[in-house]
Amino acid sequence: MKNFLKYREIWLLAGIVVLIGLISIRFPGFADPANLRQVFNDTSILMILALGQMVVILTRSIDLSMASNLCFTGMVVAMLNAAHPAIPIPALIVIALAVGLVLGAINGFLVWRLNIPSIVVTLGTLTIYRGATFVVSGGAWVNADQMSPDFINFQRAAFLGLPVLSWIALLVIAVFFLVMTRTQIGRSIYAIGVNPTASVYAGINVGRTKFIVFCISGMIGGLAGYLWISRYVIASVEVANGYELNIIAACVIGGISIAGGIGSVGGAVLGALFLGIISNALPVINISPFWQMAISGSAIILAVVLNARGERRQGRIILRKAEAA
Amino acid sequence: MILVDFKLMWRDNVPPHLQTDLSGPDTDMDTTAQHKVEAERPEPSGPAHNTSPRLTLSGISKSFPGVRALHRVSLSLYPGQVTALIGENGAGKSTLVKIMTGIYQPDTGEIGIDGQATTLPSAHAAFGHGITAIHQETVLFDDLSVAENIFLGHAPRTRFGTIDWRTMRNNAREVLETMRAGHIDADARLRDLGIANKHLVAVARAMSIDARIVIMDEPTAALSMKEIEELFLLIEFLKSEGKAVLFISHKFDEIYRIADRYTVFRDGEMVGEGLLKDATQNEIVRMMVGRNVDHIFPQREPKIGAPVLSVSGLSHPTEFDDIGFELRKGEILGFYGLVGAGRSEVMQAIAGITRTSRGTISLDGKAIAPRSAAESIEAGIVYVPEERGKQGVVIGLPIFQNVSLPSLARTSKSGVLGLAEEFALARSYTERLDLRASSLSQDVGTLSGGNQQKVVIAKWLATAPKVIILDEPTKGIDIGSKAAVHGFMAELVAQGLSVIMVSSELPEILGMSDRVVVMREGRIAATYENKGLDAETLVRTAAGIAA
Repeated sequence: MKNFLKYREIWLLAGIVVLIGLISIRFPGFADPANLRQVFNDTSILMILALGQMVVILTRSIDLSMASNLCFTGMVVAMLNAAHPAIPIPALIVIALAVGLVLGAINGFLVWRLNIPSIVVTLGTLTIYRGATFVVSGGAWVNADQMSPDFINFQRAAFLGLPVLSWIALLVIAVFFLVMTRTQIGRSIYAIGVNPTASVYAGINVGRTKFIVFCISGMIGGLAGYLWISRYVIASVEVANGYELNIIAACVIGGISIAGGIGSVGGAVLGALFLGIISNALPVINISPFWQMAISGSAIILAVVLNARGERRQGRIILRKAEAA
Repeated sequence: MILVDFKLMWRDNVPPHLQTDLSGPDTDMDTTAQHKVEAERPEPSGPAHNTSPRLTLSGISKSFPGVRALHRVSLSLYPGQVTALIGENGAGKSTLVKIMTGIYQPDTGEIGIDGQATTLPSAHAAFGHGITAIHQETVLFDDLSVAENIFLGHAPRTRFGTIDWRTMRNNAREVLETMRAGHIDADARLRDLGIANKHLVAVARAMSIDARIVIMDEPTAALSMKEIEELFLLIEFLKSEGKAVLFISHKFDEIYRIADRYTVFRDGEMVGEGLLKDATQNEIVRMMVGRNVDHIFPQREPKIGAPVLSVSGLSHPTEFDDIGFELRKGEILGFYGLVGAGRSEVMQAIAGITRTSRGTISLDGKAIAPRSAAESIEAGIVYVPEERGKQGVVIGLPIFQNVSLPSLARTSKSGVLGLAEEFALARSYTERLDLRASSLSQDVGTLSGGNQQKVVIAKWLATAPKVIILDEPTKGIDIGSKAAVHGFMAELVAQGLSVIMVSSELPEILGMSDRVVVMREGRIAATYENKGLDAETLVRTAAGIAA
C-alpha cells in the first residue's frame, strides 16, 4: 500500500509542477522561489485544516463543523484580545486550541456515545457553532483597530526567512506525519478506517478513537481560528462561511478516500497546495474567480476518477499475486 | 412423499380434481416453458439418465492476467436432477458460476441450452434464459420487503403502468405457500429475516421468474442442521418442478444426501463426472485432491494439566444463561451446537467484546472481568473470529501491521510505535507458520486465503495468549488448508496453550477435541469426554432429542 500511495502522491506532485509551469507561461514571476514561499504561506491555514479533516475522514467519518469551529474560536480569541490586550499571544493560541478541543469533543462525544453518524452530528454543530458565534459577539465585528499589534503581527514575523505562519504549518505537518506513522493512535486510525470490525477484535476501541479524531480536528479548527482572524484581521459571524467544503476538497484531491482508511499526510498537504496555487494564480493571470470554482471542481472529480482507477489496478495485482502465492 | 405434497401445494389454486394432473400448465408460469419442462421431466421416482441435458458447457476456458482459472472444462445439468460441483478452494467453481450467470465471458468454449448453442453476454441474458444463482451470501435487498425482493424487475403492473402492490403481495404469498414457507410475511423487511429465510426468499424469487436452472453456491454454509433440512426439502421441490440444479458444497454428507450427479474440478480442470450412486466418497476425494487423504486429523497425545480458565454462571440478558465450564492446560475443548445456539456469543463475552449480566470468569485462579477486547488480550485470552475477511485481516495494511495490531501496546513505548519490534514480532510468528509472502510490507490483501488465515493466526499468537478461542477455524477453506490448521492446533496445545474450538463440523469436533461442550438455545446441554463419543449423541443433544 505504501508504494501505491507514493505513486498517487507523486502524480499529484507532478500535476502541481505542471500547473506551476503552465501558469509561468502567462506570468513568468510565478515560479519564483519568493512567490512560491508566498503561495505556501497563503495556503498554510488550508493545509492545517486539511490535516485535521484527514484524520476524521480516515476513520470513515467527516467533520463538517470545522469552518464554524474556526469562526467561533476566532471570534472568542479576537474578543479576548480586544478586551485584554495584555494576554500574550502564546496563551491565546493555547486558549484557541482549548476552545477548539471543547467543540471537537462535543462532536466526538455525540458520535461515540450516542452513536449518531458524524455527518449528521457535524451538520448540526456546523449551524450551532456559527450561531454561537453570533450569540457571543451579539452580531458585532471585531475590527483590526480593536486588535493588539502583537495579535496581528505574530504570524507575520519572519523567522529564518519564512513567516511564523509557514513555520506553524510545517510544525503541524511534522507532528501529523509522526502521529500517523509512528504512534499507536495513528495506526489505530488507519486500522479502524480499513476494517472497523477486525479492529474491535484486535482490541482497538473504535468509539474512543473516533472521539479522539474529532478532538484533533476540533483543536486544529481552533488553531486555524486564531490564524485566520489574525491574518485577515476581521472577526465576524461570516468568517470562513462554506470553507468546510474547501477543506474536504483538499483532502479528496490529496487522495484521501472518503470511504476511509486510505490517505496520507503528504496527500492532504499536496491537495491543499493544489487548491492554494489555483486560487493564487488565477487572479494574477486574469482569470475570473468563477473559473477557480470550476477548476477545483474538475480537480476533485479527476482525483476521484484517478483514485478509483488506482484501486482497480490494485485489484488486478491481487489476482496476479494470489496466483504466485 | 414430500414431493407430492409440494406439488399439491403448488397447485392449491387449481380445483382439487385437477391436482393430480402434474403436467397441466400452471397459470402463473410461462406455459411454453412449462410444457417443455414437463416433456423433459424424468420419472419422479428417480433421476432418469437418458434425458438430454438442459445446459451444457463444453471446452470452457477462462484466464485472468497471470491466472488460468478454467481450462477446457465441461459441465452438464439435467432437468429434474441435482448436479454437485465439487472441488477445493480455487478449483474454479466460482469462476464457472460467474460464466453461467453472464458475469464473466469465457475465452473459449460453447454454451448450449436445450441443445441450442448460445452465449450469455450479460447477467440479463442469463436471467432471460432462466438461469439464477443463489449465493453464499444471498444477494438480495435488505431494506426492501419480501414481496419486493421476489418480484424486483418483474413486478406485476396495473393498467397505468405502476406497480400493482396488491397482486404482488398476493403472488408473493402464493409462491411462499407453495414452498411451505408460508410463515414468511410477504411484507416483512428482508433485514429482519434470518439467513435461512433469506434463502427461502431467494428460492421464491427463482420460482417467480420461472427459473429453469438454479445454481446454489454453498447455500448451507451459514445454516443450522434444521435449516439445512428445510433447504433440502426445497431442493427436492425444485427437482420435482423439473429445474436443473447445480449444488456447490464442501460437505460430502450433503452432496450424497441431495445430489444425483457430480462433477469434480481440480486446479481449473474437470477431472471427473458421473452418477453419485456409482462413486464412493473416497473416490471423489481422491479426484478432488489428486491423492488419498487417509487421516485428516493429527494424532495427539494430550498432556492435560490444571484448569486455566473457569467460567461459571455466565449469563446474558438475551443470548445465553448460566454457562459454566473449565478449560485445562494443554486441552482442546470443542464447542458444538446448532448455528444460533449461542456459542459465538459466549466466546465474545469471554473475549470482552460483549458484556455479561452475571457470572464469573477466572484465569489461572484470578477472577477477571474483561470490559474490552484489549483487556482480555492483556489478560491472555484471544478470540479468533469466524469471518476471516470481515473480522480478521485488515486488508490495506501490510502484513507486519496486521500481525502487530493487537500487540501494539507491547511493541510501543508510551504510544510511540517501535517499528523494529513490530517487524521482529511479525517475522518470528510468520516464519513459524511458514507464511508465503514476498515481504512483510506487502498488503495482506494480495495474499491467498490460506496465507491470510496464517496472518490472522500469527496475529493472535503474537499476543502470547494463554487461551486461544477459535471460532469455526476451518469454515469454507479447502481440505489441504484444513489439515494445516488442525496440525497447527495440535502443535499449540502441545506447547501448553489451551484451545477452545467452536465448530459446527462433527468430524472436526470429534477429530480434534479432548472434551466437547454441547450448547442448545443459549444453555449448556451437556459436556462429554471425547472417548468413544459418537456423532449421533452430539447431534441429538444439540437438537434436544431424547435418546
